[in-house]
Amino acid sequence: MSKIASFEELKALQEAERAKICVRDGQAPTPANLAKHHVLICAGTGCSSSNSMEVKEALEKQLAEAGLNSEIDVVKTGCFGFCSLGPIMVIYPEGTFYHHVKVDDVPEIIETHLKGGQLVERLLYDIPGQDKKATDMSHIPFFQKQNRIALRNCGTIDPEKIEEAIAHNAYQGLGRALTTMTPEEVIAEVEKSGIRGRGGAGFPTGKKWKFAAGYQSEEKYVVVNADEGDPGAFMDRSVLEGDPHSILEAMAIGGYAIGAHHGFIYIRAEYPIAVHRLEIAIAQAREAGLLGDNIMGTGFSFDVDIRLGAGAFVCGEETALLTSVEGKRGEPRPRPPFPAEKGLWGVPTFVNNVETLANIPVIFTKGGDWFSSIGTAGSKGTKVFAMAGKVNNIGLVEVPMGTTLREMIYDIGGGIPNGKAFKAAQTGGPSGGCLPASALDTEIDFDTLVAAGSMMGSGGLIVLDETTCMVDIAKFYLEFTQDESCGKCPPCRIGTKRMLEILDKITRGEGTMEDIDNLETLARTISSSALCALGQTAPNPILATLKFFRDEYEAHIVDKRCPAGVCKKLLRYEIDPAKCKGCTACARNCPVGAIEGTVREPHRIDTTKCIKCGTCIEKCRFGAISRA
Amino acid sequence: MACTCGGHNEALFAQLDKVIEQHKDQRGSLISVLHKAQGIFGYLPEEVQAYIAEKMDIPLSEIYGVVTFYALFTMNKKGKYTFNVCLGTACYVKGSGKLLEKLQEELGIGVGETTEDGMFSIECCRCVGACGLAPVITINDKVHGHLVPEDIPALIAEIKAAEQMN
Ligand SMILES: Cc1cc2nc3c(=O)[nH]c(=O)nc-3n(C[C@H](O)[C@H](O)[C@H](O)COP(=O)(O)O)c2cc1C
Ligand code: SF4
Ligand code: SF4
Ligand code: SF4
Ligand code: FES
Ligand code: FES
Repeated sequence: MSKIASFEELKALQEAERAKICVRDGQAPTPANLAKHHVLICAGTGCSSSNSMEVKEALEKQLAEAGLNSEIDVVKTGCFGFCSLGPIMVIYPEGTFYHHVKVDDVPEIIETHLKGGQLVERLLYDIPGQDKKATDMSHIPFFQKQNRIALRNCGTIDPEKIEEAIAHNAYQGLGRALTTMTPEEVIAEVEKSGIRGRGGAGFPTGKKWKFAAGYQSEEKYVVVNADEGDPGAFMDRSVLEGDPHSILEAMAIGGYAIGAHHGFIYIRAEYPIAVHRLEIAIAQAREAGLLGDNIMGTGFSFDVDIRLGAGAFVCGEETALLTSVEGKRGEPRPRPPFPAEKGLWGVPTFVNNVETLANIPVIFTKGGDWFSSIGTAGSKGTKVFAMAGKVNNIGLVEVPMGTTLREMIYDIGGGIPNGKAFKAAQTGGPSGGCLPASALDTEIDFDTLVAAGSMMGSGGLIVLDETTCMVDIAKFYLEFTQDESCGKCPPCRIGTKRMLEILDKITRGEGTMEDIDNLETLARTISSSALCALGQTAPNPILATLKFFRDEYEAHIVDKRCPAGVCKKLLRYEIDPAKCKGCTACARNCPVGAIEGTVREPHRIDTTKCIKCGTCIEKCRFGAISRA
Repeated sequence: MACTCGGHNEALFAQLDKVIEQHKDQRGSLISVLHKAQGIFGYLPEEVQAYIAEKMDIPLSEIYGVVTFYALFTMNKKGKYTFNVCLGTACYVKGSGKLLEKLQEELGIGVGETTEDGMFSIECCRCVGACGLAPVITINDKVHGHLVPEDIPALIAEIKAAEQMN
């Protein structure tokens, strides 16, 4: 693409490019591109790992053989959000949503749908509880309550083609900011939107930019936090894989606002597809004159580099992140001074999260007022949640702030699988807490979550059912923080270890009631004395589970029992002689030969040999084996 | 087994020279160089660290400090196939702990270890971003999702069969 010399040129290009892909808006093809169908195939990490790219290749090959490649465009896109159904294919202008598409399905899709104009029924989505199939993507409940702003382009454009991003308004916000607004006005617009940071702390973004703008310096930096450390959250990955230009555009807007000409994206090395797409996007944006010197002929220059993380959770913390960008051990340092004053290489810097930045361009095309009309009084806009765990529809869900957990888990998530009961929702990852069933109707935003004893964090939403042990979950998070503690300060280094030891003791059935008091004391000490938020928030999972599920701790301690049947040391397997038919299935499958008995006689488990693997329960067709 | 014959090594160090050359003038590029060095050698033995220290004029102690700080850098040679079991939250609540147990049992090695024939290693990680497919294991970066412990023997057998074909 040749350099875009002015904002006017970008606007004209947007219209021309949109005409080429208007079929995806449900419209008839235009002379700019006569393809009758656009077949979109998800190339996100989830679908790629279930071979969506092989499906794409097969489709392209077979279309070429059938001489149909000029009539049908095959497009690879970012994540649609419904990753558990992958590989996903959407065909426009109809808006047909096919799931679990395999290479073997390709001939039928070509014959029946693309040539014959009929839907391939068996690949359509079954609408739960309605006994009918979704003939149109918009009929699927998973998508109906969502409002995709940050994820607006994920699943609609090819992230490796800047033309398609431009068609979907990429760089329009930047053009407007550079040509019609002063840096002060840019910051005022962000403040007006009310947007707060999506990376964890919920700090107002406009205020952060204002601070960084306020310090005078020749050199300043914009840094993107794409470390996405919360295990179980993947919205930042999806934005980077599906719409990398939105981040580059937001960085340039931020650079203009604070007077920076250079930015870094700090991204975890575990996301190779996202890194690759970012590299392509940066190269294309430079070529189009949307990054680099004299952007769109406005005289403003801004460029971007990528830095890879190397597997340290603490590097998501902004001061640790900055030292890591400098190529050093990523240890946090005390704040103040805040990065706005002394950031990267000691100069004024702002650090923003990927999802935060994905919202920025829209604030400049639709306005801060529009943005602040969405959400709740204290939390504006939408939030993307990575919903996972014991819920039917696993994936990314973007909803207005103020949506209830019930709407998310039941209406969008389709409820809990296998008829199990909901127990808790974990939010905020290792720094967060959990919400019990009584909180299902809480309207979720930054402040209500904190009031309820948890936090937003980056938007991980892990659904737990009755088979989850809350002491085990607390232990899981403590293992994580203990493992990831950088070791710089003793309260965190030693304190998390102590807490983990106590939890371990409780799950082994060796805990005492005193241990609960000790946990609470340790928690208070660590929260108030650790250097960075990793240590300060490490006790949260324990405090939250103690608050809502104290009875489970007590069951482990007093009754030596794990009510959810998870903590192995506390399990006992037993065969009910009245129910046992003596079919021998259990004995034949027990890996350690712990089950004795003769055919058609009740069997017995030798508890001294049993390793509590659970195989026998699964094998017994008569429900004779119990676990307590 | 580790090939330390001169010719082989020289070619690898020549590649490393190129990487260092590319990054020499970039501020704070040590971590990028280490990533690429690990890509070339498969791991970061002391010899490689010392080489980078000299060429980039950074104290070896600083490089060692960085290598040991970050979980993705390793000073041990890994197997030809590395099984990385995701212990992120989404995978954990879906039973990835059981996958890890089964894998250790089948391969007879623990986390961070490599089989004697140099074929397999086991590592753990926290979330590869494929939570929709939980629980997942990656084998040399290829994601395998929706696994149950019973799938593990087949995954191993498949690799062994493919190796025998070669
Ligand atoms: C231990 C720790 C890990 C963090 N990890 C991340 C992360 O992975 N991604 C992120 O955006 N913010 C993370 N944060 C929050 C950052 O410190 C910082 O608040 C955020 O990047 C600011 O961006 P925002 O204002 O757009 O949210 C982490 C904080 C702590 C204490
Ligand atoms: S609180 Fe923990 S992670 Fe943070 S600086 Fe201290 S030891 Fe390191
Ligand atoms: S739980 Fe496992 S080890 Fe114990 S009796 Fe059943 S099959 Fe055997
Ligand atoms: S599988 Fe069930 S019914 Fe059969 S022998 Fe075992 S306990 Fe009895
Ligand atoms: S990766 Fe395909 S829908 Fe998420
Ligand atoms: S938790 Fe395993 S892929 Fe995210």
